Amino acid sequence: MPVSFREKVDEVLLPGDVFSLRLPEFGSDVKAEKAVCGPGLRRNGDQVLVCKSGVLRHKAPNVYWIDSQQKRYVPAKGERVIGIITARSGDVFKVDVGGSEPASLSFLAFEGATKRNRPNVQVGDLVYAHFIIANKDMEPELACIDSCGHANGMGVFGEGGLMFRLSLGLVRRLLAPQSMIVKDLEKLFPFEMVVGLNGRVWVKAKSIQQTLIVTNLLESCENMTAQQRQTLFQRVAEGNL
Amino acid sequence: MAEEASHTFLRQFGCEQSLLSKPDGSASYFQGDTNVLSGVYGPAEVKVSKEIYDRATLEVLIQPKVGLPSVRERAREQCVRETCEAVLLSTLHPRSSLTLILQVIHDDGSLLSCCLNAACMALMDAGLPMSCLFCGITCSISVDGQIITDPTAEQEKESRALMTFAIDSAQKGVLMATTKGSFSVTELQECIAVSQKASERIFQFYRDSVFRRYSKIL
Repeated sequence: MPVSFREKVDEVLLPGDVFSLRLPEFGSDVKAEKAVCGPGLRRNGDQVLVCKSGVLRHKAPNVYWIDSQQKRYVPAKGERVIGIITARSGDVFKVDVGGSEPASLSFLAFEGATKRNRPNVQVGDLVYAHFIIANKDMEPELACIDSCGHANGMGVFGEGGLMFRLSLGLVRRLLAPQSMIVKDLEKLFPFEMVVGLNGRVWVKAKSIQQTLIVTNLLESCENMTAQQRQTLFQRVAEGNL
Repeated sequence: MAEEASHTFLRQFGCEQSLLSKPDGSASYFQGDTNVLSGVYGPAEVKVSKEIYDRATLEVLIQPKVGLPSVRERAREQCVRETCEAVLLSTLHPRSSLTLILQVIHDDGSLLSCCLNAACMALMDAGLPMSCLFCGITCSISVDGQIITDPTAEQEKESRALMTFAIDSAQKGVLMATTKGSFSVTELQECIAVSQKASERIFQFYRDSVFRRYSKIL
């Protein structure tokens, strides 16, 4: 029996579960509820179908999505990712973002780049960029500038640092505003961190040892409750590890 | 009632999800002593020769416990592939490849149904879009006409007929059926009914195990 969204928020759902948009018991005098369906939800007639396993999340007033832990990235427009330059051909770079096909990145999509003044980007470099085209039927396209032509934090990475992979669920938790994991981490020692929504994270601290500590802590956050995490971070802060 | 309960007897079963680090989704599923390990890669880049312009290409590989895959494995691969294609929303990832690898760890009967269950768990773990879930149930009819669900290798050998069904979670309909041996129409219908009944337990198990997996981020 299809139920309303509201009753299932913050519950674990499986593919095949359905919701109704209209509730028959209220009759036709109640205005139909509008809902925005995010990842993992699909409209099917006047029903909404769950197509991924995960936790149903809700954001006021009417946005719903499924929060799932997965490893493979699927490009989506506007998302900021860490890519690896794999080739340069003509006027574009080919960038590996972890999706099903390499994305393209124009020479001119860097801050201050012109036809004369080409950016200094080599094969193997890391770039932080966002998707300006990403849909299932077309080749994804990246850019390192926003619509005003500013870098806005994007571009080629400098020397040093370490890049590693985390699950997409953990990466989203890191990027959430007021993320508890980041707050706990920054108490330990200062470090730089770049988080791409494709599951790649780049960390640079004062020494290689500190970089590795941050890396290992982040990797261990995958399957820990808040309590366990705080105990572990406490022990690292005291130098007992 | 007692007779019905004995019909839907399933051996002890269990599962572990995302146990492998490299694949995008993985699961290990056991039913009694039958055990299958599965891994899913995708949506990934696809060879041009296998590219389908409007949906993803699904490839299923079954690796036997010893030796190289033979005709029997190919037949099973086809059964699993057609079941997965029926539930996967592969049009959402056109021109990409999905690879499902099933490694048989041990075979003690009902291998195909164990493969199906492991496949479903791995697909769910990979987060691929599916319209519903599915499970596999094997039934055997013994010489005296008794229906045994989830038979062991011993029971399979002594049986008169052996059938495996893939059942979907939405309508409890039969997605795939494969049979061996001789049986009457009523026996077939009875087996389908028994399998549908047994599938409820497996779907409940899917729900419980996914709940446990996400319990830490609730």
